[in-house]
Amino acid sequence: MAGASKAVNDSRANLPFVYRQYNAEQLRNVLYKMYLIRRFEEGAEECYTRGLIHGTMHLSIGQEASAMGICMPLSEDDQITSTHRGHGHCIAKGAEVKRMFAEFFGKTTGYCKGRGGSMHIADVGKGNLGANGIVGGGIPIAVGAALSSKMMKTGKVVVSFFGDGANNEGAFHEALNMAAIWKLPVIFVCENNGYGMSTSTARSTAVKNIAERAAAYSMPGVIVNGNIFSEVAEASNKAVERARAGEGPTLIESKTYRHRGHSKSDRNRYRSKEEIEDWMSNRDPITLFESELREFGFIDDKGIEAIRGAVAQEIADGIEFAKASPSPDVRDTGDYVYTEQA
Amino acid sequence: MDAMVRELSYAQAIQEAMAIAMDMDERVFLMGEDIGVYGGAFQVTGDLVDRFGTERVIDTPISELGGAGVAVGAALTGMRPIFEFQFSDFATLAMEQIVNQAAKMRFMLGGEVSVPVVMRFPAGSGTGAAAQHSQSLEAWLGHVPGLKVIQPATPYDAKGMLLAAVADPDPVMIFEHKLLYKMKGPVPEGFYTVPIGKADVRREGRDLTVVATSIMVHKALDAAAALEAEGIDIEVVDLRTIRPMDKQTVIDSVKKTSRLMCVYEAVKTLGIGAEVSAMIAESEAFDYLDAPIVRLGGAETPIPYNPELEKAVVPQVPDIIAAARDLVRGVR
Repeated sequence: MAGASKAVNDSRANLPFVYRQYNAEQLRNVLYKMYLIRRFEEGAEECYTRGLIHGTMHLSIGQEASAMGICMPLSEDDQITSTHRGHGHCIAKGAEVKRMFAEFFGKTTGYCKGRGGSMHIADVGKGNLGANGIVGGGIPIAVGAALSSKMMKTGKVVVSFFGDGANNEGAFHEALNMAAIWKLPVIFVCENNGYGMSTSTARSTAVKNIAERAAAYSMPGVIVNGNIFSEVAEASNKAVERARAGEGPTLIESKTYRHRGHSKSDRNRYRSKEEIEDWMSNRDPITLFESELREFGFIDDKGIEAIRGAVAQEIADGIEFAKASPSPDVRDTGDYVYTEQA
Repeated sequence: MDAMVRELSYAQAIQEAMAIAMDMDERVFLMGEDIGVYGGAFQVTGDLVDRFGTERVIDTPISELGGAGVAVGAALTGMRPIFEFQFSDFATLAMEQIVNQAAKMRFMLGGEVSVPVVMRFPAGSGTGAAAQHSQSLEAWLGHVPGLKVIQPATPYDAKGMLLAAVADPDPVMIFEHKLLYKMKGPVPEGFYTVPIGKADVRREGRDLTVVATSIMVHKALDAAAALEAEGIDIEVVDLRTIRPMDKQTVIDSVKKTSRLMCVYEAVKTLGIGAEVSAMIAESEAFDYLDAPIVRLGGAETPIPYNPELEKAVVPQVPDIIAAARDLVRGVR
């Protein structure tokens, strides 16, 4: 996602941040990835419904701009820690959907060789240190990765994604404090989708905005509309610059919404149909980004159709790859518990 | 040529091991509460901050969960942290990072990563620190696949096993009994390792195998010396590692002596003694047993403050002598 175009077209001087910062190809690629996240999760959901995937999963449909916007200024060497709702982060950081599908199908070709599943999806080669089944579990780990970056002088920036639920975990507070006192190159990204499972932030959280908590740890706290790609990417760019300059961490609160329930067991009894409908119809991040791209002349209907078609093909191929891949041997259940030593 | 051997305390041996590890590998660093200028609550890190600086001897805030998580994250991304818990009891605050993250990360990610973190836990009773600063929780962590859990009993082993732990690619939890810190013993200069997963027969004997851990190794040796005069010959096996356990050394010893007693400070129920006993009951050594297996463990109570009560709730030398005598003479 790196390699922002420095050439600023004068005619675009008044456009929002990303349309000045990135070229048409880069922006079209963002749209492609946003569709890829959406269709990946829809595909996974369908496979689950058809009994091809077991267990559970947490879909981030409706949060695609947040994942893409945050990862936009990151290089492949930069690292992220992710959450149980982490499919979007994984794709945004560069993962291949075929290996993600394979993991969901429990196959050896999956990113975790079928041992992790949706909740532990990772792609270490691309800097994704892993989703996490424990709310807030990845936050101190990201600070540790940032400490490594500082001690080894690698220049890497680490992003820790977490949800609104995690902001009431002790790990959040301990980790933010340590990142601040040691001025570590880490960005804390709270994707506030309004609910920790069924409990709204209004009922669970003493502050109105989670970003306000940054003040307690003497770091910038930034609120962005998480459904507007440009807003998210602009905030992420600033935070990455600050981190790379050795000025320390930033807390970004990306306000967004998940269209689906918390997990597969959710009956949606804690929010109204009208509320969900409003977010889906009027604030869908893909629709918003697509219309901006069209309006500012970066893409036309034909281009959008081409992207949708290519994404559909990649998803279909990914599911086929997963189906055709081998399952692990039950005799190998002991593998990877410890590091194999010569 | 053999390395020069000196008498060092257990704490000095650990400190020397950490210094050697940091000299050998710039990825190794220390984290913990008050381990810098203070030198650690038990002076184990001592003056290492003067030698290695605050960037490699890092005082953390009082944040056990977060601190452990930072150590896990650093280990995951190429560093070799040694994280000191001020008291092993505080592991309870960090169980999430130890049990859910450090132990499972490699497995969950299909072998794509390793977590070479070392965590040190000052453990055990006998210092008058009462119920929240005196526990022996090693069996809690010993129950978790993905962790390695060790309990060195001597200065020699403390140094050699710590150096083995730092070189190990997986998370190693070291339980150090606080009463051992001042105990002195021979320690060679320079680098050497004592393997994780190997028990040590500290004293050979023919009448009874006593499997002991940590400080109980010394109590068992004292009891064995006292019983020698009565013609009772005890073999003392220092388990040293509780995960992965060295089953063969214990099996071989029991086949030789035909009697087994387990002695450990942690609460008796559901502990290391149960594991060793069951392991023997499942092994070929079962047929060699001439008497029921005996466990001497901590009482089913928190550790009390009063010094007499405190002594009474963990096995002492006279308890081991009495139980061993009964076992060998067939009273039980």
